[in-house]
Amino acid sequence: MAGRESQPVPATSFPLADTDARLAHARSVAATVTDPEIPVLSIDDLGVLRELKLALDGTLEVFITPTYSGCPAMNMIALELELALEKAGFDRVKVTTVLSPAWTTDWMTEAGRRKLKEYGIAPPSEKRAGRGALFGADEVECPRCGSVRTNRLAEFGSTSCKALWQCQDCREPFDYFKCH
Amino acid sequence: MAKTIRVNETPLVLYTLRRADDALILGHRLSEWCGHAPMMEEDMALANMALDLIGQARSLYTYAGEAEGEGRTEDDFAYWRDERGYRNLLLVEQQNGDFARTILRQFLYANFADLYWRAMMASKDETLAAIAAKSEKEMAYHVRHTAEWVIRLGDGTTESHARIAAALDGLWAYTGELFEMDASEKELVDAGIAVDLSTLRAAWRDNVKAVLDEATLITPEDGWMQKGGRTGIHSEHLGHLLSELQHVQHTIPGAVW
Repeated sequence: MAGRESQPVPATSFPLADTDARLAHARSVAATVTDPEIPVLSIDDLGVLRELKLALDGTLEVFITPTYSGCPAMNMIALELELALEKAGFDRVKVTTVLSPAWTTDWMTEAGRRKLKEYGIAPPSEKRAGRGALFGADEVECPRCGSVRTNRLAEFGSTSCKALWQCQDCREPFDYFKCH
Repeated sequence: MAKTIRVNETPLVLYTLRRADDALILGHRLSEWCGHAPMMEEDMALANMALDLIGQARSLYTYAGEAEGEGRTEDDFAYWRDERGYRNLLLVEQQNGDFARTILRQFLYANFADLYWRAMMASKDETLAAIAAKSEKEMAYHVRHTAEWVIRLGDGTTESHARIAAALDGLWAYTGELFEMDASEKELVDAGIAVDLSTLRAAWRDNVKAVLDEATLITPEDGWMQKGGRTGIHSEHLGHLLSELQHVQHTIPGAVW
C-alpha cells in the first residue's frame, strides 16, 4: 500500500477514451482499501472486491461482496472505497454490493492467507471437520509456533469472521479466521 | 409525521417479508442478551448469531422493497409496520426465558433454517438463491453451537436437564408453524421459487432427535400446534418487542446515526 504522503496519480492523466488503463488504475486504487477489522488485509486479498465497471458517462461502479451477512465492516469499506477513488480523481463512484456468487473462504488469496498468519490470525483450515461435527474437530495451526495441538476456546470471536483458539504448546490464545 | 405502512403483499413480497421478519425478530431477541449472558464467550456468541440474523433480514427486506416496487427500504419495513403487519413465526418472538430456553429456541429454528436455506439455493429467484447461499453457511454455525449446548445442558446436571426439558416442553408447540404453507406460498413452490416445506419436515425431526437423544431428552410427539404468525396473529410478546425496536423511529421519525 502506498504511503499516505504519496500523491495518487489523478485519473484525468489518462486519456478519457483509454478505458482499460483507467479501469486498471481504479482497480489498483481500490485494492489499497483494507478491512477495518483486519487492517493487514486488503479487500482484494480478502476476495471482497469483485469487479469494476466504467460506464459511458464516466461513472465508476465498484462491486463488493460481504463475507458475512451482518458484517458491519461493509459500510466502512464502501465509504473508504469512495474516498480513495475520489482522491485518485474518479469523481463519480458508485459502490454496489453483490451477493452472488456467495463469498467463501476460498475467495481469499494466498497472499491474504500469508498476511493473516503473519499478523497472528490463523487462516481458514484446510483440514475441516464435517459440517455437522460437534465439539470442534477442525485442525488449526497455531500462527505463532506452528503447533497443531490447539483447541477452540469460543466458536464466536471478536468479529463475525473469527473464532477464539488457544495453542497447547506455546499457550498463546489466538484468533482463527473461520471457514465459510 | 411518518406512519404505519400498508404493504402490497404480492406472493413474492409476502414470502420474502415472512423470512425477513423471522430473522429480524429472532436477531432482536438474541441481542437482548447482550451484556447479560452467563459468560463472556456466550455473550459474544449470542450477539454474533444476532448479527448474522439481522444481516440476513437486511438483505431480505431490501429485496422485498425491490419486489414491491414502491421505493421502500429495509427501515420502512422494520420500523413502520405494526404487530399485525409482521409475518414472523410465533417461535422466534417467544421470550428469552433462561439460557436453556434461548438455546433451545435457537436450536429448533437453526435446524430448520439450515435445511431451508440449503434447499433455497436451488431457487429460480436469483436474489433469494444468493441470500440462501450466504445464510446456509451462517446457520451451520448456529446449528453446531446450539447443538453442543443442548447436549451439555441435557446431559449435564439435574438442574440443567430440568431447565432444557422444560424449554422443550414449552416450545415444541411452536414448531408446527415452521412447515406451514398457504396458497400464496404454494404458488411460488409451483414456480420453482419457494421450497416445499413439507419435504423438509422428516429431515428436521431426524436431525433434532439425534441431538436430543444424545442430550438424554425425549423428542416430543407432535400434538396441538400454535399458529397465526404468518398472517399477523401474534402472541402477546411481539408488541412489547416492537415497542422497543421501533421506539426511537416513532419518537423522532427519520432519525439516522
